[in-house]
Amino acid sequence: MTPTKTTDLKAGPSSTDEFIKGLWRENPVFVQVLGMCPVLAVSNSAINALAMGLATAFVLIMSNILVSSLRNFIPKQVRIASYILIIATFVTMVDYAIQAISVDLHKNLGAFISLIVVNCLILSRAEAFASKNTIGKSALDALGMGLGFVFALFCLGAVREILGNGSIFGFMIFPESFQEWIIMILPAGGFFTLALWLFLFNNYKLKKAKA
Amino acid sequence: MKSESLWYIFINASLINNFVLAYFLGICPFLGVSGKMETATKMGAAVTFVMIISSVCAFGIHALLVAINAPFLQLISYIVVIAATVQLVEMVIKKMSPALFRSLGIFLPLITTNCAILAVALFQTAKGYSFFGSLAFAFGGGIGFTLALILMAGIREQLDFADVPKVVKGTVITLLVAGILSLTFMGFSGLGS
Repeated sequence: MTPTKTTDLKAGPSSTDEFIKGLWRENPVFVQVLGMCPVLAVSNSAINALAMGLATAFVLIMSNILVSSLRNFIPKQVRIASYILIIATFVTMVDYAIQAISVDLHKNLGAFISLIVVNCLILSRAEAFASKNTIGKSALDALGMGLGFVFALFCLGAVREILGNGSIFGFMIFPESFQEWIIMILPAGGFFTLALWLFLFNNYKLKKAKA
Repeated sequence: MKSESLWYIFINASLINNFVLAYFLGICPFLGVSGKMETATKMGAAVTFVMIISSVCAFGIHALLVAINAPFLQLISYIVVIAATVQLVEMVIKKMSPALFRSLGIFLPLITTNCAILAVALFQTAKGYSFFGSLAFAFGGGIGFTLALILMAGIREQLDFADVPKVVKGTVITLLVAGILSLTFMGFSGLGS
């Protein structure tokens, strides 16, 4: 009982804060730069980005809850291997669920759903947060981080789809005469768009630090 | 297409569909250890090595899983085998050549979470390559990864001497360079077709 109490006392941030921090201050993509591979690979349209973000968030939340509830039973030496097993189980579930919901979407995302297993974001939350905190807090942390990840992926996906295809969620928003920036949906566009968002974030942070 | 030659698979994996610059696989080590030429070369060699070994393992596992009719175990068994392989390789290198082990340092265990390795296993299964096709694919992927890493390290070593504005220093400028490299690699797309 005592350790839980001390962590509660010591952990100044309230539960809302655990949730909020993932959205903005410690945003997994823009601030921590974690889990880059899926971010760049599937953000070529808003719908792909959103689906990938939600799938990752689901795996993150479930694995954080399970890791947190098992944290007193998993021996220290094999903890990383156990986390990976837990994550792989949920990813397999998500993989089959997406295949059942929409075959097209599954085809678009391809192997990247399976590759959620090696998303460093999930493993880092399991190791850095869920293995040390209560179930409730871990769930909130995962929810915040997951939503932050979805938000970041959506930012990228929307920019790339609007510029590269002239549409958002498949609806055309520009007149016929709009010349698409094909480069934006190609791999190079992913690097450029992410660089742009990180640049905006850095700019904002530097200005705030000066003020 | 059954007629894909080994050479074509190799060129395809290393240049045309470069793992890092076209598929965005292994971005974390690509951004993380591309600061110095020496570490980049060693990391590339280690990844290529583990890729080939895990590709062979994945080929065996896939045959076994098809035989016992349990495809849903694919992902779990791949990741477990890769983690075990990395561990095994680490132990072997430690025993055989302590000098190499020391120079690779923390890179070896980090390879487990390199998505490029798992992707080699998944893609070769999805594309249905033969045993030698898988080997060529894994070797090509590893060479492509090493090539991208070395190119990046070379550019970043030069960047250290350049006067980069504070706001784009670090990740932003690295990503911009990666984008330009990716554009360059698109020039290979007509090759081998």
